[in-house]
Amino acid sequence: MKVLRTIPVFVLLVFFAFPALVHAARIGDVTDTDWGEQTFRFLSLRDAAVRNAVLGSVFMGVGCGLFGGYVVARRLALFGDTLSHAVLPGVALGFLWSRSKDPVAIFIGATVAGLLGTFVVAWIRKTTRVKEDSALGLVLSGFYAVGICILTVIQQMEFGNQSGIDKFLFGQAAALSSEDVSLMGVVAIGALMMVTLFNKELLVTSFDEGFARSVGVPVEFIRYVLLVGLTFAVVTSLQAVGVVLVSALLITPAATAYLLTDRMGTLLLLSALFGVAGGLLGSYGSFLGNNLPTGPFMVLACTSFFAIAFFCGPKHGLVSKWLRRRNRVRQVSLENTMKAAYQVLEAGDFAKESVTVGALAARRRTSVTEARREADDLVNAGFASMLGSDDPGPRYSQDARLSLTPAGWERACQIVRNHRLWELYLTNEVRYAADHVHEDAEKIEHVLGEKVVRHLERILKDPQRDPHGSVIPSLEDIERGSGLSTNPASATGYFQQN
Amino acid sequence: MREEFFPTFDSGSVFVDPWLSGFESTFQVVLMGFFVCLACGVIGNFVVARRLALVGDAISHSLLPGIAIAFVFTSSHSLPAMLIGAAVAGVLTTVLIELIHRKSRVKPDAAIGIVFTTLFAVGVVVISIWLDNVHLDADCVLYGEIGLVPLRESFILSGANLGPLPIAIMGAVALLDILLVIVFYRVLLVTSFDAGLARSLGMPVNTTHYGLMIALALTIVAAFEAVGVVLVVAMLIFPAVTVGFFFERLPALLFGVAPLSLAYSLGGFHLARWLDCSIAGAMVVTAGALFVVAWFFGPKGGLIYRSRALGFLFATSKQKISPQIVG
Repeated sequence: MKVLRTIPVFVLLVFFAFPALVHAARIGDVTDTDWGEQTFRFLSLRDAAVRNAVLGSVFMGVGCGLFGGYVVARRLALFGDTLSHAVLPGVALGFLWSRSKDPVAIFIGATVAGLLGTFVVAWIRKTTRVKEDSALGLVLSGFYAVGICILTVIQQMEFGNQSGIDKFLFGQAAALSSEDVSLMGVVAIGALMMVTLFNKELLVTSFDEGFARSVGVPVEFIRYVLLVGLTFAVVTSLQAVGVVLVSALLITPAATAYLLTDRMGTLLLLSALFGVAGGLLGSYGSFLGNNLPTGPFMVLACTSFFAIAFFCGPKHGLVSKWLRRRNRVRQVSLENTMKAAYQVLEAGDFAKESVTVGALAARRRTSVTEARREADDLVNAGFASMLGSDDPGPRYSQDARLSLTPAGWERACQIVRNHRLWELYLTNEVRYAADHVHEDAEKIEHVLGEKVVRHLERILKDPQRDPHGSVIPSLEDIERGSGLSTNPASATGYFQQN
Repeated sequence: MREEFFPTFDSGSVFVDPWLSGFESTFQVVLMGFFVCLACGVIGNFVVARRLALVGDAISHSLLPGIAIAFVFTSSHSLPAMLIGAAVAGVLTTVLIELIHRKSRVKPDAAIGIVFTTLFAVGVVVISIWLDNVHLDADCVLYGEIGLVPLRESFILSGANLGPLPIAIMGAVALLDILLVIVFYRVLLVTSFDAGLARSLGMPVNTTHYGLMIALALTIVAAFEAVGVVLVVAMLIFPAVTVGFFFERLPALLFGVAPLSLAYSLGGFHLARWLDCSIAGAMVVTAGALFVVAWFFGPKGGLIYRSRALGFLFATSKQKISPQIVG
């Protein structure tokens, strides 16, 4: 079923992979750098070069994004960097062999070089004591140097001069030919097919190799499939992003997606989306100036997405985490004030409907000013109301009176109930000493859920009093409390009944 | 326009002519290469021992925006400005990697990858928009211009001409690195190989780490113009790993850097002379070739010494006493 559903997507991709062959000026050569004009040219897709750049960015985003998901999950980020540098001699040799910028020759050369680099890393690791990072660094810089030597020779040759071979270092999406785009399309489709067909195998080998082996998944085979696919993705993206920065397209979109989701499927989807968006923005950015390299702009676009997710991601974002934490602190502080108000009422045998700020301060062991601020917070949150607010005098003194609203009363009862149930549980069931349970209950009272409280009640057989002899507010107290009016004159007088 | 990739090899023109006809410039290029390899190799031994090879790669890439922005503001090869820019970029790299790795669930390897590609991209954008082939070529960033060193302005100290400025600076940096290693030898040794022991002995582990990073950044900045950001990494790793196939003790590893540096520099220069290609690239190719030789023939863990088929040739008495049990 899954395969069937993806067929239309493939058809669509194949359709886009072979755009009409229209000859047009290379956008990179345009000297006119008027923003509006260039933006219009880019958005209208009038030039074939623009169409190639756009399509190429989309395919590259999909291919690199999908493989990047596994690169990040398997912690292969620095391996991806090595791979992308190691393909350079292959690019140069492919160029030398075909004596032109022939995409197929370059593709073959680069793939062979990339796989050879991978093999050399594995071989060094296997036969020597050289550590992994050094092995990667050796292959990265050694292969790269060979590539640089061949490139500098090619640049002196007749065919190498105006060929744009130097565009492979930093990328130039405008120089993409329709053959390049077709190759990228094939890789993107291959990546999609691989992800759909080997979904389960890739998932299990990425996260638990031992388990995968034990259930008979061909771990080695899957790793090689992934490696070859990764090499293809890097090689086809070279023209657009360049050798040096290709690894960013593998890492950054996937890392961004990793900040936003916990599911591999969603991660891959988001990663491909960010890859496509980064690629498009990058080629647009480089299009605005004359002969600007594309790669750096794509990398910067991807990194901006990462930065946004890093700070504002709903679940793991720094700002979101900070907001949640602040809310939590505020909530605990409110609940503590309500609890203090309840305890003041309780100390007066519930003879009164309201508490003074001074009593609250004494109970919380803070200054009157502090208690006053807490009381204001409670009023603002709708859990209490100030009495005699017409008279500004006592409002700012310790005699200002405060009364809990029904919602406040309910929450206060719940907190006190949580606290006392927990103390009772610790003394009766866990056999703590009665004088050691308060600290723990202070913390847990704010987080006990409804279900746990019901369970505690069952275990403790619906207790009436806590280990210190205080009455545990019952469910009826809470419910009847919700009928309380904020106006003390019309209060039900529930407390006096007991 | 040349036609063939490999020109005909004429030992006279490759090895003898450059020394006879243009001795001064040849000597200066070779000396510069030697200083670069020496400085990088000495620091690189500790980088490799601490498994920081790829952090070195990341730092060398991410210094670029600092250097480029310093260029934009001073519009000259002003070394203090470049150093300040590079130092800021270096600190920024470390801080950003730590921030991403500590404050989110992104793994350290991905954090390194994100930070250095981003900073490098910023550098390339700055160069291609504001510098635009005037002071600093974007490609030069990648493989250096060591061949142009003899053409640079001279460094004149109290009347005496001490050769081109980059060579004087690189030599000073190499000397500084060597002095630092001699002075802090014990601390570097212990912190690199056993951080736990170093801590228990009360050695300043973190300070040493940052000190080493600063020395690394300084070396990279000085070497960057000559060999480019990627090949600097080769100079850091290759000497240490290659000597590691012959010796195991740190003093030997450090002393081994000097002859290797000379070999890289001379070999690279003459290879480039023959093929007429990038000298820095050829130096690293030489380094790679010497690494392969060491990998095959090195007495400490070389392929041939390890192979069982040929093992009897090199079997020492120690190996005879305790034969390896093959499971």
